[in-house]
Amino acid sequence: MKPTSLSRRRRAWDLGARLLLYASAAITCALLVFLIGYICFRGIPGLSVELLTTAESILKGTVGILPALQNTLFVIVLTILIVLPLGVGAAIYLTEYATNRRLVGAIEFATETLSGIPSILYALVGVIVFCTALHLQKTLVAGALTLVIMTLPTVLRSTQESLKTVPQSYREGALGLGSGKWHMIRTVVLPSSMDGFVTGCILAVGRVVGESAVLMYTVGLSTAAQYFPSITDLAMHPVASLLHLMKDSGATLTVSLYLYAKERADFAVAFSIATVLLALTVVINLLAAWAGRKLKRS
Amino acid sequence: MPESILSAKHLDLWYGENHALKDVSLDIPANRITALIGPSGCGKSTFLRTLNRMNDLIPNVKITGSLTYRGEEIYAPGQDVTALRKNIGMVFQKPNPFPMSIYDNVAYGPRTHGIRSRIKLDRIVEESLRGAAIWDEVKDRLKKPALGLSGGQQQRLCIARALAVKPDVLLMDESTSALDPISTSKIEELALELKQNYTIVIVTHNMQQAVRISDCTAFFLLGELIEFGNTEKMFSQPAEERTEAYITGRFG
Repeated sequence: MKPTSLSRRRRAWDLGARLLLYASAAITCALLVFLIGYICFRGIPGLSVELLTTAESILKGTVGILPALQNTLFVIVLTILIVLPLGVGAAIYLTEYATNRRLVGAIEFATETLSGIPSILYALVGVIVFCTALHLQKTLVAGALTLVIMTLPTVLRSTQESLKTVPQSYREGALGLGSGKWHMIRTVVLPSSMDGFVTGCILAVGRVVGESAVLMYTVGLSTAAQYFPSITDLAMHPVASLLHLMKDSGATLTVSLYLYAKERADFAVAFSIATVLLALTVVINLLAAWAGRKLKRS
Repeated sequence: MPESILSAKHLDLWYGENHALKDVSLDIPANRITALIGPSGCGKSTFLRTLNRMNDLIPNVKITGSLTYRGEEIYAPGQDVTALRKNIGMVFQKPNPFPMSIYDNVAYGPRTHGIRSRIKLDRIVEESLRGAAIWDEVKDRLKKPALGLSGGQQQRLCIARALAVKPDVLLMDESTSALDPISTSKIEELALELKQNYTIVIVTHNMQQAVRISDCTAFFLLGELIEFGNTEKMFSQPAEERTEAYITGRFG
């Protein structure tokens, strides 16, 4: 059959659309590769054992990011430890137990709105509520609590979405066998929505790692040496040393990156910190995915 | 007629404003297959789901009248729904195995009710799979995911899963409507075997199926029970004109 002008036009559109889509994909990938490549290129030369395992010393004139690394990891762990049970619990309640549809709708709308708020507003809340009203001052615990509030909507929403994808027939099947509601949720619903927790966890960690505004105001800006619990401290007095650490104040990696780049114009160190942050994010995401697979299987 | 095991007296059910069951009185005989038939939306599935309280999952359901299982009120305030559902098992329209291994699917019920011993579970799993006529097909792949089975096998697995908690009554909600004819006939044969030990209530859209396997038939229309009685008699000499019209295919 001879191609009509209509089918020719359609084919041209098809080709055009395909080229545009290829182009967007290519540009996105290229940007990403360039960014990662450039950070590594500028950052890796500055990485050294000294940088990673010591604190900054003005007397010796050496630079080290160990306190920042410790603060970052501590804030991540503390935030996740609090936000996961809270967010997952609330999501389970809202999807599985709550019967008032309008209330659930209102809460969903509120969390949606909260997840779009600029983090500087959370910083303000953190300063007013945790640092001042609760007398926590600028400490890791005040920062972690503020980040809990900030990441709670993300964790709540992603868990809720994944719970909603579990087919109703699984719930009916379990209840039909005489399973109680919580037993049904624990044994059938939660294992099938493991992917959602992992996603929520990764998103939350991503926000925590990338956060600077909140942490500047609630945890502090110091890059100097701070309390560093030794293995023996942790083993002998775990609670005391963790409490001590919680009450410490200091910059996290992202905040130090800002300080080095903006206030001291030391870009070599800033790029090294960026490389460390990048590596940290990759490691945490891989860990989360691995843990999700493990939990799903058991 | 043998003794009745489930008995409804003047049962009414509303979904919000919708009066879905109207003054239904019905005695389901033990160790027989009772078929519930009628056009879509007639209340047959609703009635089936009141028997093990699966309607509890739907908000705004109101039920009045009496519904008893072995003389005990199913909707009594203190009723242990978990124990009730253990005794009155259910097989759903679409096969719904859990995303776990075949073994874990069958062991789910017994584990839920506190059986932990590996030896006991192994025995229950084998018995139940044999009972559902699927043991030979799956005995070499018990640890494989249940979702890898065919639709008909999945449905027989769901029957095995229901049998594993040793129920008394088995409710089947159009359990063959999503299956091919060969799988359907396997499940029908299975139902005929199971009725020696279980009371079976099936909802079906398939009139031939009701004739082939059921002993009694209840015909529902617009929430009312129009006629209930011996299947053979109902399909040869229906007492009601509306029953005759439905079974001869004049509406529905």
